[in-house]
Amino acid sequence: MATEPREASEQEAWERAYAQSRERRSPFQTLSGEPVEALYTERDLPPDPGHAIGYPGQPPFTRGVYPSMYRGRLWTMRQFAGFGTAEETNRRFRYLLDHGQTGLSTAFDMPSLMGLDSDHPRSLGEVGREGVAVDTLEDMETLFGGIPLGEVSVSMTINAPAAIMLAFYVVAAERQGVGPERLSGTIQTDILKEYIAQKEWCFPIDPAMRLVGDMIEWCSEHMPRWHPVSISGYHIREAGATAAQELAFTLKDGLTYVEQAVQRGLDVDDFAPRLSFFFNAHIDFFEEIAKYRAARRIWARELRETFGARDPRSWLMRFHTQTAGVSLTAQQPLNNIVRTAIEALAAVLGGTQSLHTNSFDEALALPTEEAVRVALRTQQIIAHETGVTNTIDPLGGAYFVEALTDRMEGRAYDYFAKIDELGGMVEAIKANFPQREIAEAAFEHQSQVDAGERIVVGVNDYRHEDEQLPSLLHIDPALERKQVDRVRAVRSRRDPEAAEQALGALREAAAHPGRNLMPGLLDAARAQATEGEMIGALQTEFGTYTETPVF
Amino acid sequence: MSGPPSSRKIRVVVAKPGLDGHDRGAKIIARALRDAGMEVIYTGLHQTPEQIVETVLQEDADAVGLSILSGAHMTLVPRVVSLLRDQQADDVVVTVGGTIPADDIPELKRLGVAEVFTPGAPTQAIIDFIRQAVPPGHSA
Repeated sequence: MATEPREASEQEAWERAYAQSRERRSPFQTLSGEPVEALYTERDLPPDPGHAIGYPGQPPFTRGVYPSMYRGRLWTMRQFAGFGTAEETNRRFRYLLDHGQTGLSTAFDMPSLMGLDSDHPRSLGEVGREGVAVDTLEDMETLFGGIPLGEVSVSMTINAPAAIMLAFYVVAAERQGVGPERLSGTIQTDILKEYIAQKEWCFPIDPAMRLVGDMIEWCSEHMPRWHPVSISGYHIREAGATAAQELAFTLKDGLTYVEQAVQRGLDVDDFAPRLSFFFNAHIDFFEEIAKYRAARRIWARELRETFGARDPRSWLMRFHTQTAGVSLTAQQPLNNIVRTAIEALAAVLGGTQSLHTNSFDEALALPTEEAVRVALRTQQIIAHETGVTNTIDPLGGAYFVEALTDRMEGRAYDYFAKIDELGGMVEAIKANFPQREIAEAAFEHQSQVDAGERIVVGVNDYRHEDEQLPSLLHIDPALERKQVDRVRAVRSRRDPEAAEQALGALREAAAHPGRNLMPGLLDAARAQATEGEMIGALQTEFGTYTETPVF
Repeated sequence: MSGPPSSRKIRVVVAKPGLDGHDRGAKIIARALRDAGMEVIYTGLHQTPEQIVETVLQEDADAVGLSILSGAHMTLVPRVVSLLRDQQADDVVVTVGGTIPADDIPELKRLGVAEVFTPGAPTQAIIDFIRQAVPPGHSA
């Protein structure tokens, strides 16, 4: 081409001019420490950009999983909520639905996440604090009281006891006259990331993986509209991981569930279309966008080439995003509205299917209603005022974004290779590999903040003394007492023999690895067994888990 | 007492009471204290107040840092403090870190907590605090 020498000489001229210019003192790195060049050009695009970037709704899906993306339908605005007892959370759910939210997302309290009933001694002081307490079928029915379960899509963020919560949910719907085939929504169930990052577990890894497998299998037969696993990078990132670690560990977790299900004899196309993902949206704008684009490309390739999926829906990485809680500061909390807006914009430009925006007061306590409303309005402003939804993947082809997408992809494959060397993800977790990598990255980041190499506005620079703190949501301690009474009332009211029999059958099923545990859990839910009793029954066979921590 | 007092390093137990699994902060602090020359024992997650106090006594610790991000601090911290008192170990310096609302800090200090560190606290401030709070006769 005749133009090429001219362009090359222009680039050289710029390089010379840049070399003579003043450069600010900055490491010029992404938040995760990836080096960033002064300028990206056509030379930084992949060798075959048409093939690597492609079209939305077509392999390799870099530009989005659907042909029309937000021109067809906006993302689902799904705010995570839960506190106190099922009654309080049910009120918050109705508030959110009344304000234009389009899906529900349930946060459970710590005892529920750990499989403990509210009246267990270890639950003292924790009931209803960080989410809603659900001990029984009755609690689940109260949580969704007045909400037609056949019509709304519901997400439940719970992992180790996910199968038990799903059993409560299915039976609650059954009592509303809605069959499991009509239920749509997601339950997180991603147990691998619990051992890696979130650390809410009930059983050792191997039996926990069996329970996940049982659930995927049961859902693939009975719940065609349900997403039985939401493979989650969110907590991995919150624990201090870099963007590349979040991407790599999350995808490897996902590939591990696929591998297990295939080994159990399921056809990959029978369940893969219902696997979904959950990512963090951190504050480094372009790095996050590149992460989502790389994630879609890797998933499509692995499902197609490694697992031989033929149904195009199996290749699609659909994901939920939540803005980064860890990026919020307790200092000058109103600044968090700005952080959240930028993070939400990255998620949208990265092609998310649903989004939770954090509230500005969440570094201090659970959010107030006012703060939740501002967070939801942030999404509505992005959707309806900014114009970013007018065209699909507006950053596609941008030299920097494409180069960073390639870099993220390469980083992920480097980690895949290391994990494979350790014998796969389950073995890598047992060897503390991802845990150590994350702790290392978290420490590195904190050291940079402490040394002032990274500025966090309001924390290590631009401080403002005499701050007025916002008013916070206070959880009434009486709610714990009320919940303890509720679970005890259920135990005294139910048919004790039926409950005992159902729990015995569950223990029996747990002792036989070939038996699917879901039918036993559904029967136990119908017999009014509590969450803690079901977990206890399974633990008599499976045992419990204690971490050997690394720091 | 064993050895010359100046040779003994400050011993700190970093503990995660309660059910929350947020251990990023606890691990960063454990490592920063270790890098600052202290002996650090990290309990791991999901500890009861009884387990924590047992570790403090077994390890003959000078200080215990409790990391709580679950909102259960007003239940868990008083129990740790009173169990330490029952064991005549109330000379152990107790610090708390995590999402602790400002309103709760005076009450925690009244109960005997030496200091509360909220999100954004620099690790050096925590190191410095422990160094000055632990009675002389220790190095690091």
